[in-house]
Amino acid sequence: MSYDAHFRVWRGDAAGGELADYTVAVHDGEVVLDVIHRLQATEATDLAVRWNCKAGKCGSCSAEINGRPRLMCMTRMSSLPSGETVTVTPMRAFPVVRDLVTDVSFNYAKAREVPAFVPPPGLAPGEYRMKQEDVGRSQEFRKCIECFLCQDTCHVVRDHEENKAAFAGPRFLMRVAELDMHPLDAAAETGLDRKRAAQEEHGLGYCNITKCCTEVCPEHIKITDNALIPLKERAVDRKYDPLVWLGNKIRRRGA
Amino acid sequence: MATGTDPQAGTAPAAGGASPARGGVHHPSRAAIGARHLRPDRWWLAPAVTAAGLFAFVVYSTWRAFANDAYYAAPYVSPFYSPCLAENCVPMKGGADWEVFGAWWGLSPALLILIFPLGFRLTCYYYRKAYYRGFWASPPACAVAEPHAKYTGETRFPLILQNVHRYFFYFAVVVAGILTYDTALGFRDERGEWGHMGLGTLVLLANIALIWAYTLSCHSCRHIVGGRIRTFSKHPVRYRMWGWVSALNARHMLLAWASLISVAAADFYVYLVASGAFDDPRFF
Repeated sequence: MSYDAHFRVWRGDAAGGELADYTVAVHDGEVVLDVIHRLQATEATDLAVRWNCKAGKCGSCSAEINGRPRLMCMTRMSSLPSGETVTVTPMRAFPVVRDLVTDVSFNYAKAREVPAFVPPPGLAPGEYRMKQEDVGRSQEFRKCIECFLCQDTCHVVRDHEENKAAFAGPRFLMRVAELDMHPLDAAAETGLDRKRAAQEEHGLGYCNITKCCTEVCPEHIKITDNALIPLKERAVDRKYDPLVWLGNKIRRRGA
Repeated sequence: MATGTDPQAGTAPAAGGASPARGGVHHPSRAAIGARHLRPDRWWLAPAVTAAGLFAFVVYSTWRAFANDAYYAAPYVSPFYSPCLAENCVPMKGGADWEVFGAWWGLSPALLILIFPLGFRLTCYYYRKAYYRGFWASPPACAVAEPHAKYTGETRFPLILQNVHRYFFYFAVVVAGILTYDTALGFRDERGEWGHMGLGTLVLLANIALIWAYTLSCHSCRHIVGGRIRTFSKHPVRYRMWGWVSALNARHMLLAWASLISVAAADFYVYLVASGAFDDPRFF
């Protein structure tokens, strides 16, 4: 079965733009990206859109559908209110390049600020052995496809451009948590305190745990509950809990 | 090496940023869209209901905390007034009636103890989300621009004090222990004889079960019990406990609301019985 849907798609570039109206055919089982492709093939042949796998695994087709950050390839037309206009815009937290394409290099700059995994001394690659229960938490975070929808929806940078310098965003704070929970990461032995760095260098304190990152994650990663809050608790261990400080002091003396 | 991902001029995080007046979704570099948001759904409903629910509890608990009246109907004591730390409490037979504050305290004794559960809930990770969204619109809903020109989150005073949640958790465990004792006393009759059960006993029992579930599902509890460990395989008991707390933690929001309602309901029940408006039905 087919029907005609009314779409409003943002067209423009960094110099300006507007929402353009289109009426386009929709077939059963289609997702928003299918309809955008049909527009590209018919009425708007110069429409810029970034996409790749069409399977929710590459994280390329991030956009905002009816004002909500979503993957276009994973948003079924049947999940949207029937008979109502569908509005598609680029992600509104990042600089726009053209039409639905944004410049997400902010995220790559932030990725570079997170120190990489530190290999454990005395173990060569291939000799790493870890138990499942020790890597389970980090594995959840490894499901991330880097669509940057969490970064887009996070009000810390979405609503406050000036915070981009100080705040890494949920995706990269989750990366810090992943490494801090990694059973073989030897950062501490090299003097790198990831817990302290999360707060002092990556802006963990800006997060007010309002969970929008979790709400929009297409991989259903519990970013707030499993990464950000545990990271906040780890920062508390370091900076605000004298009992933990005393315990560590005694243990070190006893060792 | 050129990766094609290096920050380009004008797109890299800038220390100064744009002026807040033109910041956020209306920053000149972003797609020129006039509306603060494009959500056609009823995004305002959830924060409005949350704010109304929390406001109703604040009004009710303020009235009851300052009332200093009708909080004990043997063998039941209102959870708002236990433990009673001032001398001006009504005598509670065998109850948590410790006059550590002496006679100088002239206000309601509830004010001395409510600070702890209040602090626990105020700094709770769920309630923080609820009131940041519901009362402070920071943000009001996902992808709905907040009305504030500046945002520093929990990086500075006073919100940096949210980091004390863990201490309030320790106090909350003590308070929950005392309320458990109060619930046990509900199995005695008004003369102090064991073997009694009334509707009030059930009300207190349901309340304390929810209070414990909420307290143990706390994110700080989850961290202390096992979350702070990096190698679970070396701590199998704590790993198992962490698993249990994690299962509860997944329902933290539900338990936060259920226990908030139950504590108000338990207090109201005691108020009705103590003020003579209702007779406690007795099962045995």
